[in-house]
Amino acid sequence: MNYEYNFGFFDEGSKREIRRTILKAIAIPGYQVPFASREMPIARGWGTGGLQITLSLAGKGDVLKVIDQGSDESVNAVNIKKLVNKTTGILETIDTEAATLIQSRHRIPEKYLKNGQILVLQVPMPEPLRRVESSEYKTKRLHADAEYSGAWLMLFEQIVKYGSMTTGAAHPVFVHDRYVMAPSPIPKYDNPKMNHSEALILLGAGREKKIYAVPPYTKVVSLAFEDHPFEVENVEGRKCHLCGATGIFFDELEDDETGEVYYQCNDSSYCLSRLNSDKEVQ
Amino acid sequence: MTHFEEPILKVRELSKKFGDGCDSCNSLIEGSLDRNYCPVCGTIHACQKISFDLYRGEILGIVGESGSGKSTLVRCLYFDQEATAGNAYIKDYSDGQENIFSVTSQKKRYIRDHIFGMVYQNPYLSLKMRFTSLSNVAEKLIAAGNRNVGKMLDRGHQLFDHVNLEGFRRKDAPATFSGGMQQRVQIAKALSNNPPILLLDEVTTGLDLSVQANVLDLIKELQRELEISMIVVSHDLSVIRMLADRTIVMLNGKVIEHGLTDQILEDPQHPYTQQLVHSLL
Repeated sequence: MNYEYNFGFFDEGSKREIRRTILKAIAIPGYQVPFASREMPIARGWGTGGLQITLSLAGKGDVLKVIDQGSDESVNAVNIKKLVNKTTGILETIDTEAATLIQSRHRIPEKYLKNGQILVLQVPMPEPLRRVESSEYKTKRLHADAEYSGAWLMLFEQIVKYGSMTTGAAHPVFVHDRYVMAPSPIPKYDNPKMNHSEALILLGAGREKKIYAVPPYTKVVSLAFEDHPFEVENVEGRKCHLCGATGIFFDELEDDETGEVYYQCNDSSYCLSRLNSDKEVQ
Repeated sequence: MTHFEEPILKVRELSKKFGDGCDSCNSLIEGSLDRNYCPVCGTIHACQKISFDLYRGEILGIVGESGSGKSTLVRCLYFDQEATAGNAYIKDYSDGQENIFSVTSQKKRYIRDHIFGMVYQNPYLSLKMRFTSLSNVAEKLIAAGNRNVGKMLDRGHQLFDHVNLEGFRRKDAPATFSGGMQQRVQIAKALSNNPPILLLDEVTTGLDLSVQANVLDLIKELQRELEISMIVVSHDLSVIRMLADRTIVMLNGKVIEHGLTDQILEDPQHPYTQQLVHSLL
């Protein structure tokens, strides 16, 4: 049977509903807008939230970049790109600057995103209060009352137990002085990049059926205490063993033979672009 | 005790029903002490037009048998349940001008966090069992706007000193504690923001006698030291005798007698109260 997909996989009505949800999310920064998460040819929990946003936003002139844990070439990234390409035919790139639509799992690219770009983040757990309150009915009311002591309590608990805030990823943020938001599991290192970002940031949770957004130039503050300020990962003294970059987010690798620890740019396209422009490399 | 000042808490005609009610509800329930439910529609009238005053530094006992509506009463005051009708005014909140049942939910949260401390019979209702005890106490402090870890930890240790919780258990989760210890963590949590009113709902029920005495001593001591007003709900007359200055007796959702505790226990007027006092072992 010769079966052709509609442009962007979904029917027009579905795409319109998702776009409307996105508009509402942009209008209320940090607020989780429920939407009818569609069936996808991939399983929920594998980036369907982000993919639905990407597919409903993709236009013929868009250029797509997909990142999976910093890498453009992992299985997940490649397959998402393939699906979007097959159903829309839009161009793909690994170059952060050339992309108009960037779908990412757990990283914000090292290169600063510009006005006009859209960053789509895949979110497994959109509710920042879920660990202290298991009822959706109640968390909705907590958000309505701006009652966020639960989010602070989780951080307090970490300090009591371990002496410092230990969230490695998904450190909750306060958006536009109103909503506490789970910033997808991006490393803490990327949290400050959300503050007054030039690019629009959209977050989609397919399994949990929520879409939320950080519009451009929105205040995003990571939660912290007066005497325990928010700190990103310390990357001092680390250097990419390929391109020599410093002061970015690294993967920690270990030499199998010598057991020696070395570092590599987590953002593979950043590393590649530095290697390609030879003046950076000695 | 002098009662020249204004009461800290005024409750007027508080009612709570579970169910929609029907036309026969009023005629069948009003004036009847035999039951608190409507035989026609099955609506439970848990609290019916309950009024009382609570004065500063006073302990008010609420006594009654199981199902008489005493827990529902304090839960309505703590906003765990929504009162169906009635007013309540708190001197320390908007100078007693606003009816606390009709304020916005944010203000209700404020009242919960600043005016009331609540200790339940079941510690699972107020404690996060998997979080450390210190975090449990801090929860209320955070809700009140504290953002300084050092100060909150100091306050936590101070409260645990008060309630005699051993130093080496303070970073443990209440889930690993004995019932008496959980109750002490609850009391510490309830006291964390120096609330003017403490609500105690059957706090000693289910604890063995020596632990009961321990907890009661603690409550008495705290009351003397901090001059907190308390509402003590109990079915146990010896608890009421030991703690309460004044007592309200409830039966099937109605107040049938109120007065000084000694008076009620020594010279009960209502037949039900007489029966209750005489059944005391």
